[in-house]
Amino acid sequence: MSLVQKTVNNLQVSHLQKRFRGQQGEVLALSDINLSIRTGEFVSIVGSSGCGKSTLLRIIAGLERDFEGEALLDKERISGPGTDRGVVFQEHRLFPWLSVHDNVAFGVAPDAPAEIRRSVQEHIELVGLAGFEKAYPHQLSGGMAQRASIARALVNRPKVLLLDEPFGALDALTKIQMQQEILRIWEAEQTTMIMVTHDIDEAVYLGDRVVVMSNRPGTIKRIIPVELPRPRDRGSFDFTRKRNEVYQEFFDSVESNPEYVI
Amino acid sequence: MDVAEEEIVAIVGPEPDRSRGARGSFLLVPRCWQGAIVPLLLLIAWEILSAGGILPANWLPAPSEIVRTLVDLAKGGELFRHIGVTLARITAGFTIGATAATVLGGVAGSSALFRRLFDPLLQSLRSIPSMAWVPLFLLWLGIHETSKIALIAVGVFFPVYLNLLSGILQVDRKLLEVGQIFKLTRVQQLRRVILPAALPAYLVGLRSGLGLGWMFVVAAEIMGASKGLGFLMIDGQMTGRASIIMASIILFALFGKLTDKAIDRAGRHFLRYQNF
Repeated sequence: MSLVQKTVNNLQVSHLQKRFRGQQGEVLALSDINLSIRTGEFVSIVGSSGCGKSTLLRIIAGLERDFEGEALLDKERISGPGTDRGVVFQEHRLFPWLSVHDNVAFGVAPDAPAEIRRSVQEHIELVGLAGFEKAYPHQLSGGMAQRASIARALVNRPKVLLLDEPFGALDALTKIQMQQEILRIWEAEQTTMIMVTHDIDEAVYLGDRVVVMSNRPGTIKRIIPVELPRPRDRGSFDFTRKRNEVYQEFFDSVESNPEYVI
Repeated sequence: MDVAEEEIVAIVGPEPDRSRGARGSFLLVPRCWQGAIVPLLLLIAWEILSAGGILPANWLPAPSEIVRTLVDLAKGGELFRHIGVTLARITAGFTIGATAATVLGGVAGSSALFRRLFDPLLQSLRSIPSMAWVPLFLLWLGIHETSKIALIAVGVFFPVYLNLLSGILQVDRKLLEVGQIFKLTRVQQLRRVILPAALPAYLVGLRSGLGLGWMFVVAAEIMGASKGLGFLMIDGQMTGRASIIMASIILFALFGKLTDKAIDRAGRHFLRYQNF
């Protein structure tokens, strides 16, 4: 991390409200969301299914435009998708007809300067897929495909990387590996990262802060700072205590001395 | 942890076929030729039955007789003229029909309004049986090339249109969202996401269209032609020569298969990214 930490408020969400209107009526998905995220921060957003966390992420990504309230990135209104925000979804969503290289390069304009073209190769290497540039998605394992997806999202050097349950579809071991990978990438790129997850351990392991969201309508219940030094030890007392703090927002009783922690 | 190691397995591919006789068994015939065994036996049986007079020669001539007929036609150069004419018609009809279907299918796929206005009409036209078009086209366009090529084009049109439209409408929304994230314009979205995603369906449509085109060419040539394989078949019928009819049928099968294979090969090149 750079020595001079920019404490500029990168992303500012104020009084955000989102309604979904259907034939049977209306649902208030998000209600009065207020959030400030600093440049270079890693923020985890945790909540159960249906709490609107994905909707919040999609609004920041620019995929949902019809909302009340304000979302600002570096003081500019977010009104649609843009190269300043990269998105990684739960499915890798790579184009099956393109090789890894072409998928990662998808967002790069053909007349882009050589500097950006180099960025494609750099990011393929950054995510650990060097040598697989010519492989097609069907030849990749789940973890590898998700890495390619991350590279694709980072190739335009966005200010913010938005991750919507990116490791939810992976097996438990690959998931842990990918969590370590995303931290490595975060430290190398210093991009602001916002990750939505329903895995509390993942949220605490990765985030500088954990935003706890509640259901119906989605609101921010609490923002819990995780001021633990990195790399974090999932088995340490401090980690467990912080994890329990988040856990208690969702469940009434928690064993105070767990036998093991993954 | 070494990324590449355990994940190499994903690249190696399926295990080699170790089932019994992979290197050729059944009567010493290798796998790839085993499909020819039954037809060959049937041919031999047929020849024997014909030679023995059990199969009447004027109904079902012997294979050797059919081969003789083909050779005779080839010697005179007649055979190649007929083949050439039929192939030319099919090529022209296929090109026109497939092009029209591609354009209309593309438009229908992009515009919900167009779909609402024109798709029901096109669907009802599709239900008209192929033979029903023949008298109409003969009346409107005469008995020369135009009516035949138009008929073939109509036959080719519908499968290509339908499959392309269906392919476009079924493109995964999740992939479309990736296009939105990268701020692709509508045209770019069509060219870079929708059409490549619809390509497998489109190729199925092309092959179906070609198959139907062959069917229409037979209909067209039977109904009034002076050249072509269909004409040859009718000529055989009029002069009571079953061997000519059989020879035409065999040639239709052969060229139908060859043209289908050509599209399949071309398609496989574009679809080499698939896992099948």
